[in-house]
Amino acid sequence: MSNQPNPDPSDAVYSHEVPAERPWSRILKRGQTLRIVDIEGQQAVDALLYCAEDPAERYSAQDTLRVQGSAYVELGTRLISNKDRLMARITADTCGRHDTSAGCCSCESNAVRFGESTKYQHACRENFILELSRYGLAKRDIVANLNFFMNVPIEPSGNFTVVDGISTGGNHVDITAEMDVIFVISNCPQVNNPCNGFNPTPVRVIIWDQPAA
Amino acid sequence: MVGRTKAEISEANRRRYQELRAAGQESTPKALPQATALDGAPIAPEAVISRENVPLGWYDTVRLRRGEALRIVDPRGLSSVSVIGWCEHDPSERINCADTAKVQWSATLFKGRVILSDMGRVFLSLIEDTSGAHDLLVGGSTPASTLAAFGETTRNTHENFLLAAAKLGLGLRDIPPSVTFFAPVSLDAAGRFVWNAARKRPGDFVDLRAEANLVLVLSNCPHPLDPARPAAGGPVTLVRYRAPPAASDDPCRTTSSEIARAFQFTDRLYA
Repeated sequence: MSNQPNPDPSDAVYSHEVPAERPWSRILKRGQTLRIVDIEGQQAVDALLYCAEDPAERYSAQDTLRVQGSAYVELGTRLISNKDRLMARITADTCGRHDTSAGCCSCESNAVRFGESTKYQHACRENFILELSRYGLAKRDIVANLNFFMNVPIEPSGNFTVVDGISTGGNHVDITAEMDVIFVISNCPQVNNPCNGFNPTPVRVIIWDQPAA
Repeated sequence: MVGRTKAEISEANRRRYQELRAAGQESTPKALPQATALDGAPIAPEAVISRENVPLGWYDTVRLRRGEALRIVDPRGLSSVSVIGWCEHDPSERINCADTAKVQWSATLFKGRVILSDMGRVFLSLIEDTSGAHDLLVGGSTPASTLAAFGETTRNTHENFLLAAAKLGLGLRDIPPSVTFFAPVSLDAAGRFVWNAARKRPGDFVDLRAEANLVLVLSNCPHPLDPARPAAGGPVTLVRYRAPPAASDDPCRTTSSEIARAFQFTDRLYA
């Protein structure tokens, strides 16, 4: 958890409300801090990072977990690329638990998990494909993503479950860029599991030129 | 659907989720087949298509047609084998570790489980497995991980995958997270990764039956969490063979309603 004081919102260089179920992206310059605010609580935010200079270099969930030695994203987690480089750090976190092993929802996986009636529901993978297309990137560029505010405990038995989010309204997580990155978000539209409390809601993204404290 | 309030739909979805979870984590594991014995499941000589020994530190690329299988053998019980794979006709469809864990409600793999693609289809079925100690979470070694472990950059899985991908006209953008066989990684209660060395045995093998036409890359490098110094390991053996056709009561096809659907969607691709 972060004990750092909240920065002055008027110092922010950017602030935007991402509507429920929608994607968002922006170039985050090295040194800038992105805050994601879970406005109403229990809202999963799927995220991907690409090196702005060469997007073939991108966030790698497995390399991040290997370097960290543990399975969850939290305050202090260093986000590592597929070239072993530090892309960004988690510099504040009032939620305490984020996932990077459960991937993102898709029409295809929804149909498998919840039945064919869920195939024609909007999904994170659809958001990612459309948002990535703005940068010349495509489905092949979707890798295992971060899931901010999503609670996926992995038990010693291996049991792997998306459970009710522990994030309450107003929780935030700060990500400070260590290189210029394309930061891509899907504000998760999933209504078939508890990651969004079965009710997707908006989130706010705020960018400061300096870390929050 | 018509006439239901948002709250009623949410409640129905929550109930369905709880039912699926109970099935996935309570009934399914009990119904999975027993692990294969180390001296079990001989391959009929006439079924063998090819055989390859991959030296420590190296990789091989294997094309598997639907219905063929690949046996991966770790003769000395010291190796780990990291695997990525693509659908032969569309390399944007890959092995997806996250969906593999999520759909089966478990980050573990053993006999009776399957490996899924990002398109809701089954790529591989674990039709035989003596080990049940495999890793979906941490992935293979990289230049930096070998430097940190051994004081020098050694041959590693990341570069093996790049080399194999390049020979198919693919590149860094096409390399997904990997599954590592014979890598006994689990989590402690605090979420830290633990290496369970006692779960590796000489002669361990796993048989992967292809449910789609696939291109697989296998890298024989020590897993980054393997504490052996100097690096342990040895050659691994790959045996490509014609698998017995999957019966309708095939254990891999019938573990859960989710997996039955994933097989339906896969079969449609080839119908």
